[in-house]
Amino acid sequence: MITEQLIWMIFILPLISFLICSLIIRQLFNNRSIFAGYVAILLIGLSFLISVLAFYEVIINHKQITTAPIEWLTIGQFTLSIGLLLDPLTIVMLTVVTGVSLMVQVYSLGYMKSSGQDSNNSEDPVELGQPVLARYFSYMSLFTASMLGLILASNIIQLFIFWELVGLCSYLLIGFWFHKPSAANAAKKAFLVTRLGDFGFLLGIMYLFSHQHLFPSDSNPLDIITINTYVPLLVNTGLISLTAITLISLGIFFGAMGKSGQFPLHTWLPDAMEGPTPVSALIHAATMVAAGVFLVARFFPIFEISEFTMTTVSLIGAITAIFAATMGLVSNDIKRVLAYSTVSQLGYMMLALGSGAYGAAIFHLFTHAFFKALLFLGSGSVNHSTGTFDMRFMGGLRKVMPITYVTFLIGGLSLAGIPPFSGFWSKDEILLNVFNHSANLNSDGQIWLSLISSITFALALVAVFMTAFYMFRALFMTFEGKFNGGSDQDPNAHAHGPVHLAESPKVMTIPMIILASVSILIGFFINPPFKIFGIDKHWLVETLQHGIVSLHTDFNITLAVISSIIAISGIALAALMYLKIPLINTQTTLISPNFVSKIFKPINTLFSRKYYFDELYEDLIVSSIFYKKIAKFLSWFDQNVVDFLINSIGWSTRNIGAPIKQMHNGQIQMYATITSLGILVITFFIVFGT
Amino acid sequence: MTLERFLIIGAILFSIGLYGVLSKKHSIAVLMSLELMFNGINVTAVALSRYTVPYLLTTHSGEKVVQYLLTGQIFTIFIITVAAAEVALGLAIIIAIYRTHQSVLLTDSNQLKN
Repeated sequence: MITEQLIWMIFILPLISFLICSLIIRQLFNNRSIFAGYVAILLIGLSFLISVLAFYEVIINHKQITTAPIEWLTIGQFTLSIGLLLDPLTIVMLTVVTGVSLMVQVYSLGYMKSSGQDSNNSEDPVELGQPVLARYFSYMSLFTASMLGLILASNIIQLFIFWELVGLCSYLLIGFWFHKPSAANAAKKAFLVTRLGDFGFLLGIMYLFSHQHLFPSDSNPLDIITINTYVPLLVNTGLISLTAITLISLGIFFGAMGKSGQFPLHTWLPDAMEGPTPVSALIHAATMVAAGVFLVARFFPIFEISEFTMTTVSLIGAITAIFAATMGLVSNDIKRVLAYSTVSQLGYMMLALGSGAYGAAIFHLFTHAFFKALLFLGSGSVNHSTGTFDMRFMGGLRKVMPITYVTFLIGGLSLAGIPPFSGFWSKDEILLNVFNHSANLNSDGQIWLSLISSITFALALVAVFMTAFYMFRALFMTFEGKFNGGSDQDPNAHAHGPVHLAESPKVMTIPMIILASVSILIGFFINPPFKIFGIDKHWLVETLQHGIVSLHTDFNITLAVISSIIAISGIALAALMYLKIPLINTQTTLISPNFVSKIFKPINTLFSRKYYFDELYEDLIVSSIFYKKIAKFLSWFDQNVVDFLINSIGWSTRNIGAPIKQMHNGQIQMYATITSLGILVITFFIVFGT
Repeated sequence: MTLERFLIIGAILFSIGLYGVLSKKHSIAVLMSLELMFNGINVTAVALSRYTVPYLLTTHSGEKVVQYLLTGQIFTIFIITVAAAEVALGLAIIIAIYRTHQSVLLTDSNQLKN
């Protein structure tokens, strides 16, 4: 039913959209650039339909499709061919990327239209009076195409190319309002920090490739299937040492850390919120940041070999989950709260992967993509009406924006992990797997690893509480109480005229409603705890793990109840602190936000200054070490050693040339004399030289 | 008279001519010195041709005849012809140079420098 051409079309259609938007519409019809949006929506929609078709083909029939390799370049004996690979992991990612991308593009039509007009009468010096939509949609299409290429890539070099391309698109879209210095800086920061991770990834690839002679001669050593099949065999036979595999997998994981904003490379993601809100929803919540998780999942058979790598992955994941959540507790910017939440949830996925729960991680990735994109779109909708992202200047929006409120509430409940919303099922799956992993290690007698695993489990449970708290803190500050003025009061807001409180247009609310309905239902139906409506028990997780991991977990009612209670208590605390309830008004003074922040002032400062990580990186590492030491030495070396060499070459040629220059005086007789002397010398040698 | 004497005379003529070509300022004088160099070569060529060993030819009738090589002499006739043409060309060039530079001194025409 699904042919190779169709699979290629999934990737090529957004690429065509990029070409049309950037080469035709932006150049020729920039004054009617809304058409760029229609083109992008149409082509990405088609791509989505093909993905759904492929979903049935691959998942229902348990098939793994690879397209015929196309020879790309040949270096000596080695041939690099490109192709596409479709397996259950790819398919799940495909539906997430095309689905969320489609929703976000539709939403952007409404959101960017007003932003584009705003930029006309304010601060855009370059595109003054020009709609920005064509540029916006061409970047978004390029991003979608690169992301799909990354997912579909059948070999590691191809994957790396698209990996860098999504980084580029992220850079372009974070810096979309490039006239704002903060946006330009955030874009630069995101690019540099993720690039640092990519370097580790590249080292991993190169080290892996240095073992290529060990692979069978008829196989392609860069092919993902080949790597995942042969590397475990080669390790078992002792041809590749365990240390080498640990280094390779850590290298790949470093790339994943950069992209997924894992501690300590998390600093770029909150700053990335400078980009337009739909961009944050698509790139920095649902797709690109999840690419790190996808990468680890893609090379899971390699990761699984090394116990050290697995422990590292789970520890980094758990630390990130709690670390980002604490920063989310005190942030006042609604988008930054969501950004910290994203980092924290990605930490959960890494924790799951590190604990061997491959299916649970991808399941959480799947549900998270939808509800987090929904939350971001909700924050964009709020911004659309209030003109600010600072929650201190919002409030009372529930009555004004009922659709936004309800969808945001669904997203929030899902994120907090309240049954039956989709986030609950996936988060519970992760917690259960981590718990079982710890218990298994203990019964295997590996006390230390079991202890580490238990610690990660405890951290994850604390993070559940914090997640529920900060999410509902954001919800109450935004939608409850009385309105606090919006951009009229906020000195830092880039206001575009006075505040006009109203529900967003339909083109924005409908994608939110669709995402909200997905967030309610899909978590249960795609991976139900028992057989229902012909859907098998743990269908998604079992399908994903088919042939990769033989890990079976049953739904554990005790753990589900415990995690739900923790989440509800988080919500309750948020309600006590931020919801003005008349009955218990006397008590609220004790737990009022101001009072609490006064008691825990040092911790509050530590959280809101992001643990001083920006200062650590910028002042200590970049400024004192790079600028003052390394760059200074390099500058000295350049001026004194390199320049000396170059200058002395110039000096010597000039001074050798000076006497020769004197001979060329234009006098024909001088030339004739020299010629005669030359002939004399030659004659002398002919006659007397032997 | 031996071959050496002719060769010495040829060498002296050639050297005097070369000296003139390299040292005279006036282009007519340089042209005249060139003629001296030609003549030095002519003398050498004829002398060498005359003094080389003749060789024997066998005719159709079978008798052997002493044959002299005339290569040098023929060369000389050619050189004299070419030299005459060259002088005519050279004088024409000198007139052309005079018209542009208002001078026939070789030291004044140094355009090769640039």
